[in-house]
This record gives sequence, C-alpha cells and structure tokens, in this order.
Amino acid sequence: MAKKENFVTVFIMGKGYQVPAEATIMGALEYAGYQIIRGAGCREGFCGACATVYRLPGDYKIYTGLACTTLVEKDMWLSQLPAIPAYKTIYDINKIEPNVAAVQKLYPEVFRCVACNSCTKACPQDLEVMDYIQAAKRGDIEAVMDLSFDCLCCGLCAIRCPAEIVQFNVSILAKRLYGKYLAPKSKELSNRIKEINDHSFDKEYKKLISTDKEELKKIYYKRDME
Amino acid sequence: MYPEYMHESIKKVTQTRNKRYELAKSGKPVFPPMSSDEREEVLNKFHPDYKLESKRKIHIGPNKGESITTEVAEMLESHSRINPKSFDLSKPDYETDILIIGGGGAGAAAAIIASQSGVKSIISTKLRFGDANSMMSQGGMQAAIKKIDSPPHHYLDAMGGGHFDNKPELVRAMTEKGPDVVKWLEELGVVWDKLDDGSFQALHGGGTSRKRMLSSRDYTGAIILRTLMDEVRNQPDKVNVLEFMPTVELLLDEQGKCAGGVLYNLETEEYFTVKAKATIITTGGYGRLHIRGYDTTNHYGATGDGLVIAYRAGGKLLYMDSVQYHPTGSVFPEQIAGFLITEKIRGAGGQPLNKDGELFVFPREPRDVESSAIIRECVERKNGIKTPSERVGIWLDSPLIEMLQGDGYINKQFPAMHRQFIRYGIDITKEPMLIYPSLHYQNGGIEINEKCESNIPGLYVAGEASGGVHGRNRLMGNSVLDYNVFGRIAGEYASTYTKSVKLNKLSLDHINSYEKELKAAGIRTDLISPVLLPSYTPEDVRKRPLTAKYEGTLR
Repeated sequence: MAKKENFVTVFIMGKGYQVPAEATIMGALEYAGYQIIRGAGCREGFCGACATVYRLPGDYKIYTGLACTTLVEKDMWLSQLPAIPAYKTIYDINKIEPNVAAVQKLYPEVFRCVACNSCTKACPQDLEVMDYIQAAKRGDIEAVMDLSFDCLCCGLCAIRCPAEIVQFNVSILAKRLYGKYLAPKSKELSNRIKEINDHSFDKEYKKLISTDKEELKKIYYKRDME
Repeated sequence: MYPEYMHESIKKVTQTRNKRYELAKSGKPVFPPMSSDEREEVLNKFHPDYKLESKRKIHIGPNKGESITTEVAEMLESHSRINPKSFDLSKPDYETDILIIGGGGAGAAAAIIASQSGVKSIISTKLRFGDANSMMSQGGMQAAIKKIDSPPHHYLDAMGGGHFDNKPELVRAMTEKGPDVVKWLEELGVVWDKLDDGSFQALHGGGTSRKRMLSSRDYTGAIILRTLMDEVRNQPDKVNVLEFMPTVELLLDEQGKCAGGVLYNLETEEYFTVKAKATIITTGGYGRLHIRGYDTTNHYGATGDGLVIAYRAGGKLLYMDSVQYHPTGSVFPEQIAGFLITEKIRGAGGQPLNKDGELFVFPREPRDVESSAIIRECVERKNGIKTPSERVGIWLDSPLIEMLQGDGYINKQFPAMHRQFIRYGIDITKEPMLIYPSLHYQNGGIEINEKCESNIPGLYVAGEASGGVHGRNRLMGNSVLDYNVFGRIAGEYASTYTKSVKLNKLSLDHINSYEKELKAAGIRTDLISPVLLPSYTPEDVRKRPLTAKYEGTLR
C-alpha cells in the first residue's frame, strides 16, 4: 500500500479516519478496522455489491461509485449503501415477446422517464443509462441489451431516478428477450445436439474411457491443434 | 500510469511486437508448446503446490492420513460454531424439499431444475444471491459445438489438462452435455457472442485443441448468472432465497442421511434449522483462504465453507492437495493486485513477455503449467518487472490483440478489462498489463459421482465445491460449464430423491463425534469454521483489544 507518510483523512459515515492516500474506498474501510458484511462481493467490479455515495469538501455535488474501484480523496465523506430497495416484476419468459408491449406490461414506469440523465451520471460503469431507458420506451430491445450489457446491477441509477425506475431490472429483461428471441440462431448447435442425442459419440467415448493412462497420455500429446 | 522506470521495458515490448505479430499471423505456434517431460519439470520446480510446506497430513475425518493443502487442513481441524445441545431439532424453523447451500451459478441452476418438477427449495447464501465466483468469470465457457470439434476432443483436452486424474464419467458428463447447456442458457435468454449468421464466436483457451470458448464479451459469468438469478426470482412460490444466511453445519437423520442444515443469520447472529429431504452443496471454492499467501481472484465469501460442513458430516474429499493459480492475475496498480485478467486475452492473441519483451512460454499451456513458467521466469531467471510495492510480474501484451483482430476489438470484446485499467490511466489497447499468477480455483472438493451424489445419502454437490471433474488442474471455461452441467444434474437427481426418501429423527451427533475426534487426535486449536468471511483488518487495529466473544450482558 502507500508509503507511511502518504495518508489522507476520510469520513466514514461522518467519522474521520487516517487511511492510505492510494486506497480504494473498500481498502480504506478495512484499513480503518471495519469488517464488511454487506457492501463487498466480488471486490473486482463485477457484482455491484459495494455501491457507495460520497461528497467532497467545498462541492455541493453528491457522487456515486463502487467501493472496490473508487479511490479515496482527501476529506471525502462517504457512506456505503448496504442494499438498494428495488422491485422486480415476476414474469414467464416464454409468454412475452421482444417488443415494447413487454416493457409496457412489466415495467410501465419506464414511460415516466423525464430524461434528466441522473441515472447516467450515477453509473459507475459510465453506461448511457438514460439512452437505454429511452430505447426501452421505443421497444428497441437490441439497443437496451447492447447499451446495458456491462451493467453490474449496483442500483445507483435506481436510487437517483426521480421517475423511480429500476433501470437494471429493465436491462435484465431486455437482455433475456434479446438472447432468447432476437439473437440469430445457430445451426451448428442444433446439429451437434442432434448428434449427441443420436449417440454419435458413444463409441469414441467408450474407447477413450477404457484407454489406460499411459496410452491416453500419448494420444493427448499427439493430438492435432486447430 | 506506469512509473517512469518501467518505460524502458515497455519500449522493448513495443519493439518486439511487429516480429511477434508476423509470427502469430503465420499460424505457427508462437513458442514451442511443452512436452510431457517439460511440463513435469516446470511444475515440480515452480508450482506452489509442489513446495514441501504447501501440504500436510490431516489427522481426523474421512480423509485422515492424506496429505492435503496446509490451509485446508487447518480449516478442517477446527471447532464447530455451534453447540448441538442448544438446538431443539424436533421443531425445525423451516421445512422444504431441497436445501441448496450457496447462491452462485450451480445453486441457481439446481433451483431452476427443481422448480420445474414442482420441487421446492431454499437457497441459503452467505452474502447476496449471486455473490459468487460464477459472477466473475470473464472469458467464457467451453462447449464443443463446432463442426471441427467434438465432445470427445473436449474430453481429451480436459483429461490432459487435469493430468489424467479426472474421474472419466464426470468428464464425459460435462463435455457431452456442454452443447445442451449452451442451448438451455440461450433459451433462458443468455446473450452469447455470435456472428451475423448466428454461429457462435469461439476462441482458444489454455490447453484446448479446438476453438470452443464461447463468451458474452468479458462479462460471461455475469450475463449467465444474472439470467439464472432472474429466472429463480420468477419462481417465488418454489424457491425461497435466504440471503446473509450461510449454512454452518449439516443436519443428518439418525440413519446418517443428510436432512438439511443449521443456518446463521450474519446480521442478527441467530441460528435457524432447516429440515430438507435433500441437500445440495454449491458453496464454491476457497480463494479467500489466501493459500501460500497468494492474492486471489475470488469473491469475498470464497472460504470453502461447504468443504468443512460436509467433512464434519463424513463427506469424502478428493484432490484436496491441488490448488489452481491463474496465470494472469494483475500486479499493478496495487489497488487491483490479484484481480483476474481473463484468459480470453491470450485466447485472442495476447502474449506473456518478460522484461526484455520476449516470449518465454507458449501462451496457452494449461493453467498450472503456464503459471509455473511465469513463476520460473520471475523467480529463477529474474526476468520479471518489479512494482513499486515490491511485487514482481511479467507483461501481458494486449495491444497485439488489436493488431491481430482489428482496431476496436478490445473495446468490444474486453470492456471490463479496459475499464479496470483505464481507471488507473493505463490504456490496454496501447500498453501491456503487468501480471503474476493469482490464487484462482479449488481443483478438488467433495467427491461426487455423475449424479452429483456424495458418499452421504441425500447430500449432493455441484460446481467448484465438488471434486473429481477437473482432476488436479482445471482448464479455462470448464468451471462455467461445470456449474451449469452439474447444477442441473444435482437439481434433477435431488428432486427425484425427495419423492421417495423418508427422514428419521434429526441429529447433530456428528458434531459431537467430530469434536471427540479432534480431542482424541490431540489437536489443540482455537479455530472455528466455516470461516465465513476473511478479515483484512490491519495490524495497527489488531494491536488494540477486539471483542472476540460475546460474554455477560452483551448478548
């Protein structure tokens, strides 16, 4: 971590602690002695467990970030969000279609979007959240999928949204609709599954399984490479 | 940004790039792959598992007398969190068909399969649902769907990668069911990387003889697991997800059948009992035990909880002497030390290079071999690059990928990796990454058969917590496949089992017996397990007295 003299003060939920100047917020919390229960997951920017809000001195703005990837700043005042209240509509993926009707039925509040862009500003992944919500309004499922692909479901957009939309659940819906209904289908996959169901590989498997280790080793090191 | 003193070495990487590009384009191997003997030599000398102190004998339990990973032995030779006397097992707090322990990919897949046959389940998860290594897999999932490929090709690759120690029937199940898993996931709505005609994009991984790595950009695990979780949450009448409620012991019935578990509410510190006709352990691995002091790519809760609760109940472990170190963990900047850099980088043409910008190993050896070669290059040959915090690493040349695959490829295919580094002023389309092996995967686990059955009736295991399928070294992309294939299998067989099993009186006697065994073996320890969470409290704070136990009026 940082050199001994290189420390800054951060205010964890209002209480000041000296932490290494180059620490992430998560590193700073643990350095200060916190044992995190809620607020840490993958610790690498994939799971969205560590949504954090903070302010900086002399600045009216409220900032958002993931504790695992955001570095501390001098005199930062921060608080982790242990959980984000969000609802999810229950649905049967087999009974909906990849169009605007699905959005209207399952997440009608999407149409309350006032295009304020607060969601986009809050996104720690720098996604164009508002743009994908606008795409959802148009029923452009592919655009929602593409723009929201890297969403971590941290929920920072949802708590900042004046229209009370839970953006990340709209994103999951769109991805599932795209993957299931809109992505072009692969012929090679269905052919291969048919071959397996027809037991086309049984003989080869049986042979490999009954081959002793030394012989298998020889086959392995001699195998051809694509 | 890289410090000034590294610039000279980066320049060498740039200087050798054109030559390496020409070679890569020629289609020939860019460096000679190792023979069997060469692999053995580098593993023996440099793989952390092959160090004498990395293993010790375990003195109690089903694997008594076996040599296993030291940190795992310590964790297993420990006390339970609970006192069996304080539980009235005649009145369980919950009753269900299947208790699924662990809220990652295998658990979610099992719950979905169970719900489809009308079987109810409880998912007990230590952190949030989906806080799991499954969420973090980046590069892809292997499945033999291409014409030039076949499931037996996949079988042979996996066996060779695992040093032929894999259980053949498990490898057959995994490789043969791969294509069906791809289809199942697509029907649930997983977005795969595809070409315009619908065919799958497939890349190489370490140890693959065919291109069969299917992916969802570099968020493969996140896309798959969030799809599975969404589907689980669409079944609220069938699946009850209990978050921040890890299972800390198994329950048996008087005949020794597994009958549920004891759950611990991490927040209120209460214990609850769950009576279940069948139990599935899907707790994942143990990276957060920081074996041999290594950084880890694993999520916060990866403390091997499933191993110890199964072991106390008599569950046999397999290959607990084998740990996987991912060849490419990040070492710079310090804030992301140990973080996973996906193998897909090498699959797409990225190359590991020493401080002189030279290749020293074939970029796609199986993981244990590749890692050992990197350690050798740094430790023995001193051809690594030191970081300001005294770590050492070698380069992973990513700009070469843009040359090979075209401009914009990294942004499209590696958004997570690009984001990871650009935060610290490193643009991986222009500069290489500095890497070193990082603790990644538990190769062994609770031994299962092809029905995911353990040696305890009614106890099923799937995913990283299980042992046998990967032998002593897993190949890239086989864990995502593993948790899907075996999560489904566990869900299926456990569901069937619930329809005929009759449970007797519940019991925690195995906890008492284990405690007696500890004492009889003369083991004195104050360790309690499951570990549940690692502690990163620094020495400065630890110097002060901390509350270790609640006593008196506090609780």
